Formats: sequence, C-alpha cells, structure tokens
Amino acid sequence: MEQLNHMPTPLMDIPRSYCPGCTHGIIHRLVAEVIEEMDLLQKAIIVLPVGCSTLAVDYFAFDSVQSAHGRAPAVATGVKRALPDRFVMTYQGDGDLASIGAAEMVHAATRGELITTIFVNNGIYGMTGGQMAPTSLMGWKTETSPYGRTAQANGYPIRVSEMLAQLNGPAYIARTDVVSVPGINKTKAAIKKAFTAQIKGLGYSIVEILSTCPTNWGMTPVDALKRVKEETMKYYPLGEFKVAEGL
Amino acid sequence: MGEKLLMKGAEAIGEAAIRAGCRHFFGYPITPQNEAPAYMARRLPEVNGTFLQAESEVAAINMLYGCAAAGKRVITTSSSPGISLMQEGLSYIAGSELPVVVMNVVRGGPGLGDIAPAQGDYFQAVKGGGHGDYHLIVLAPSTVQESIDLMQLAFDLADKYRNPVMMLSDGLLGQMMEAVEFPGFVDIEKLPKKPWAADSMQGKRSRNLVNSFDLLPEGLEVMNKKMWAKYADVEKNEVKFEEVETADAEYIFVAYGTVARIIKTVIKDLRSKGHKVGLIRPITLYPFPKKQLLALAENPRVKFFLDIELSFGQMIEDVKLSTEFKKPVHFYGRQGGMLPEPNEISEVMLKLMKEAK
Amino acid sequence: MAQHELVAAGFGGQGIMMLGKLFAEAGVLEGNYATFLPSYGPAMRGGTANCAIVISNEPIASPVLPHPKVCVVMNLPSLKTFEPLVAPGGILIINSSLIKEKAKRTDIKTIYVPANEIAEKAGMTKAANIVILGIVVKATGAVKVESTKEAIKQTLGEAKAKYLPINLQVLDAGLNFDING
Ligand SMILES: Cc1ncc(C[n+]2csc(CCOP(=O)(O)OP(=O)(O)O)c2C)c(N)n1
Ligand code: SF4
Repeated sequence: MEQLNHMPTPLMDIPRSYCPGCTHGIIHRLVAEVIEEMDLLQKAIIVLPVGCSTLAVDYFAFDSVQSAHGRAPAVATGVKRALPDRFVMTYQGDGDLASIGAAEMVHAATRGELITTIFVNNGIYGMTGGQMAPTSLMGWKTETSPYGRTAQANGYPIRVSEMLAQLNGPAYIARTDVVSVPGINKTKAAIKKAFTAQIKGLGYSIVEILSTCPTNWGMTPVDALKRVKEETMKYYPLGEFKVAEGL
Repeated sequence: MGEKLLMKGAEAIGEAAIRAGCRHFFGYPITPQNEAPAYMARRLPEVNGTFLQAESEVAAINMLYGCAAAGKRVITTSSSPGISLMQEGLSYIAGSELPVVVMNVVRGGPGLGDIAPAQGDYFQAVKGGGHGDYHLIVLAPSTVQESIDLMQLAFDLADKYRNPVMMLSDGLLGQMMEAVEFPGFVDIEKLPKKPWAADSMQGKRSRNLVNSFDLLPEGLEVMNKKMWAKYADVEKNEVKFEEVETADAEYIFVAYGTVARIIKTVIKDLRSKGHKVGLIRPITLYPFPKKQLLALAENPRVKFFLDIELSFGQMIEDVKLSTEFKKPVHFYGRQGGMLPEPNEISEVMLKLMKEAK
Repeated sequence: MAQHELVAAGFGGQGIMMLGKLFAEAGVLEGNYATFLPSYGPAMRGGTANCAIVISNEPIASPVLPHPKVCVVMNLPSLKTFEPLVAPGGILIINSSLIKEKAKRTDIKTIYVPANEIAEKAGMTKAANIVILGIVVKATGAVKVESTKEAIKQTLGEAKAKYLPINLQVLDAGLNFDING
C-alpha cells in the first residue's frame, strides 16, 4: 500500500463504475497486486461471475472469461482441465456463489479443483438492487425481506468457509475483511496463500472477504464499515479454516 | 373497476396475480423485473400468502411444480437468463399437466446480454424451450393495463387446460409506470376444484399421481396425444388479437407487445398523410392468430405485411406460415435492447410501398 | 386535448424521477391516461437519469419519446444529450443554476430557470425539481395547478405531511416565475 498512485499492471487504468465506498475496488486491487508480486500475469485466467463484479470485464488486464450466474467454478474447472499449467481463479459475490451457484461451489471444492475463489461476502445482492442473500444476517431488512430476515421464512445465513472446511478437497480456506488497514493487509496475505495452494497443486482454495454494499445497505460508506465490525464479524468469525500441509 | 392508479408494470403484475386468486410466489431476483418479487414480498403476507426467494430459478420453477401439484394457483416472474434456467422445470410441468403462470420480462440476449427491452425469447416461449413435445400458452401484453387484464386470463387458462401459461412481457413494460385500473378480487373458494391434485387422500379418495413419466412408449404416446388434443382445443378456442385500422388497409404491420405500441404511433402518422396502413397484433402468441392473418393475406386489397420485432425475426416465421406465402412478408427489427423510432419505421414502410408500386 | 409529452433529465439524486412522477400523477388525478418511462439499471449509478412522461385523454400509443415536445435538463451532460432531440417548435427548460451554457437551437423555445436559487429562496434548497415542476405545469398547461398540488400531497402521504406547506411554497415560486422573461 506504500505506493498509492501505482496502478498494478494487472488492472486496467480506467475509472471504475462501482458505487462510492464499495469494497469491490479494494479487492480488485489486492488481487492485482498479488498477481503482480507472484508474477502470474502472463499465465492467469480469471472467471468472472454475474453480479456487480461483472463490470470487471473491463478492469482486469489479463485473460478473463465471463460466466453464467453461479457457474464460475464449473467454467473455471473447464479452463483448468484444458490448461492445467495455468493459474485459474474465480471472483464471485455471495448471491452468485452461495445461492444459485452453491452446487458448483461445493463440488469444485470437494474435487479439490486446482482453482482459487475470491468470495466477496457483502450480505446482499448488489447488482439487482438489494435483495436478500443467503448470507444476509438475521433481521436484516432487504427488498425481498421487507419485514426483516426471519428463521421461519428464510432460514439462517450460510457460513460458507466453515461448511467447505468439512470437505477434504480444499487446501486453503480463510475468512478476512477489508474494513480496516490490518484487515486489508491480512486479506492480501490470505490471497497470496490461496494462490500458492493452487500453484503448489495442493487443492482448491478460497478466501471469503467480508465486504460492504453501502448503496443497498442504505448507509454511508463509513457506517457500512462500522456495520461489518459490529454485526457481520460477530456471525462470521475471521480466521483460517483450513491450511494444507506444505503451505 | 376501481380508481385509476399510476403503477409500475412489474408491481402491477404482482397485484394482478393476487387479485386473480394467486397466493404463492417463488422466484429469484433478476433485472428488469425485481419490483415484482419486492412487491410480492411486501404484499403477500398481508393476504396470508407465501413469498419465498428461491436459491435459483431452477429451484423456483420446481417450487411452482410442487405448489401447483398441491392444487394452488402459483406464479413466478423472471427475465430471460432466469427463464432459460426454468426450461427443464417447464417441460416437467407441461408433461405433468400442471397449471402455473410464468412471467418473462424479456431483456436483451443471448447470454448475459443487457437489461433493455427485447423480443429475442419468442422462439423459446412459443416453440417450447424445454425438451419434448409440448406447448406453453403464451400471452403478450402491450400495456401495463393489458398485463393486469391478461393475468386473470392466464390463471384461468392454466387451470382450464392444466397447462403452463407464459406471459411474454419486456423490460419496458416491466419498468414503465402507467395509469391502470384493477379488477376486484377473485373469490378463491369459488375457483373450480382440482380433484387431480396431490393434496393427500384425507381418507376420502384413492391416490392421485402427478407425473410426466411412462416407460412404455405405448403409454407415453397416449399421454402425449391427450396433451395435443388439448392444444387443438386451445387453438380453436383461445386465439386473441387486436386489429387496428385494417378495414381498408393495404399495408399491414404485424407486431406484438411494446413494438405494437410504437406501431400505433406510426399508423397515426402515416394515416394523417393518407397512407392506408393497419396493424394486426397477436395477443396470444400461442395459439397464433393464423386464420385472421390468412384472411388478410387472401384479401385482394392487402399488398404486403411488414413484421416488426425486437430481434432478427422470430415471429415472422409464424406470420409466413399463417399467410401461406400468399402475400410478401417483409421484416424490420432492432436488436440488443434498442427500440426503433416511429420515423425509422415509417421510412421503412414508405420505401416498401414505393417498391411495391 | 393534445398529447402532452415531457422528458426530464439530470443527475441521479436531483429528483428527476420524482418530478416526472408528480407530473404524470397530476394527469392521472384528472382522469387522463398517463405513462412514465424511467431510464433504469446500473447505468443510473452515479450517472444521469431521465424519464419520459406522456399524458393524454386518449389511450397512449408509444410511451417512448425520441423527440419530446417538452424537455427539462438539470445538468450539462443532459443539455448536450437532449437539446438536439427536442421536437421542432418544442420547449427546452434549462436549470440555469447548474448549466451556464446557452442552448444553440433557434427553432425551439428555451426557458432558463435558476431553479436552485429559486428553491433556496423559497425555503427548500433541495427542491429545484419542484420549482421546475411549476415551470412545466405553467409552460404546458397539461395539468391543473390544483391536481399538481394534490399529487404532491398524496406522494408525501401522512408520514411526511409536515413537508407539504414548504413544497407548495416552492411550487408556487416556480409557478410565479416569468417564463417569457
Ligand atoms: C440466471 C440468472 N438469474 C439472475 C440473474 C440476475 N442477477 C444478476 S447479479 C445477481 C446477484 C448479485 O449478487 P451477488 O452475487 O451477491 O454480487 P454483488 O452484486 O453483491 O457483488 C443476480 C441475481 C442473472 N443474471 N442470471
Ligand atoms: S451496489 Fe453494492 S456491491 Fe454493487 S457496486 Fe454498489 S456498493 Fe458495490
């Protein structure tokens, strides 16, 4: 973070269309920095989801494949099996990964597919305007839970990292945040470890990043960061849930 | 009819479904129809109904399958990519002869496309997007008011023929607001009973089976024939269309949905300049108004048809088949979510008229 | 009654949609047909928003207005986009508080309104859209002043009823603006 003006080469130098205060931008940057630092640019392929980060079709300056909603892990599997020596990653939101794409996510993980997933958990559907996500916390009012999320109507928020940690296939699973400088630094370190797990052929890797969506939370960016610290982190504890030997 | 209200298309279809006796909604968010599930999430609890956001459209359509099998009126709303995911379920629903209503607020495609109004899903809707030999009944409103009016019909047709009904709308109709009037509430108790439903025997009858499966070809053929006898009735009884200024028209536009509205503006303009143009607007896309198109084609006064769509031409195949190639059928379309301007269409028509002379 | 047409455009957050809705709502309150077509989707994020309104006593054919008879522009990008599109003989209403440039066309009537200043003077800084609504009502004669006031009242509802007097004051300030000056 010392060279704030330096745009890592894996990112296109054009303005982003994300909302002010959205954490997708920070996470893009962290991914790009690690790609550059690990010298992966020339062999990297990113599979993009359907969600706000579909906009990243214009942002990453390396080969990108846009996929159907939720299917990124399957698409990435196809890419990786075709080109096993390449570096293959998916970038997915919580609706994309934990709702419509739950099956693909679980099966890529349990196969130990040699891909890495950056999982942006902002607890809501951003792109479509604020509907309930499988990760929305109890009581949260959203477009499709106008009276607040209840166990009776909607069940409970999914803890993806803990769930995947039950499987043998994943080599690295961590949950981090991007709502503070130490959080951002830890996220970067976790991304590095996840990428390393793939390069070393140890198995599937995923970093779940607690994020914000000020627009659809109806909050200022600052209040949104506070909400992650005060609410989200209580339900979704930070930490590493799986670290394969040799990492 | 009550007072006039200014209401968004996607919300109006929600209220219309409730008034048509539907208390169950299952769906998954997708633009440009998110206001429909949001409306239902707020409104259904007020009328003791059930709203559930499914984990995907694949799940949503199968929730409809279950709910309809249990004998309830049920609806989902979605848009093109989501409707694609529902095709497997729709095939099972048609095969099991279940009544459901599905609204497709069509957007630009293929793939992720965009969220602007389009008509590229005509083939999928009308020709059967899932596997096997079946039809959806397809209704195509062109105003928000008509979306409301056709909703009641959609549920009635679904129940009457035990067949899925699709409302084919588009992004413009979903997002615009229009002054509308709602009909009263259907009395759910008075709806026709569904003795075939798998709602448990309750000690009163032998078992019911909801099923699209027969391993024996002889048996499956019987099931298929039964369905197609039903479609023959649908084609005989349920055709709906609108004709505008066709009584003396020499040049006839064919268009459905939003495009037909734009054509009405074009007709006003061309008529004011003395050109005898008219419009036939299919309201049911399946069953298609074949006879009416043929009658126009056989009329010596009619010189040609001009089919206008928001695609590269899908309905035009049905127009050509219906008119039995008796008159030329020309085409003009815009794609990718672009809408043609009235002037643009007028120019196409004027050019064709000149060439025909 | 002829068909009345309005396109309003500006930044998201300037109350463009509200302006359009209130106009359409006033038309509906008089028993007319009305359509309101917003621009929608992610394109609206931070960018410009616009809406098209048609009011008529006959069923409305196309709700799309490629060449509106009346157009409101609340920021410079909207002026650039919409000035060329206004129908010949039409009216272009320009928020001169935020747009310092002049319109180039001579075949349309242009009305320059310092809407932000008028709104501020009338007591509600953020209500430039209501000032413009007053101008639109006056310039088009499409809807009555009473219906416009009723539309504002109904939109505010009971919850925000206390803001009604100030909104009406701002509307009046718009209505009192000399559109030929
Ligand atoms: C099959 C299908 N269903 C629904 C959609 C609509 N859709 C687009 S993005 C999205 C969810 C986005 O939420 P999330 O994955 O949490 O990402 P975010 O936008 O919050 O970053 C949905 C439901 C779609 N494009 N395709
Ligand atoms: S809607 Fe939410 S997730 Fe999407 S760009 Fe805006 S703040 Fe970010």
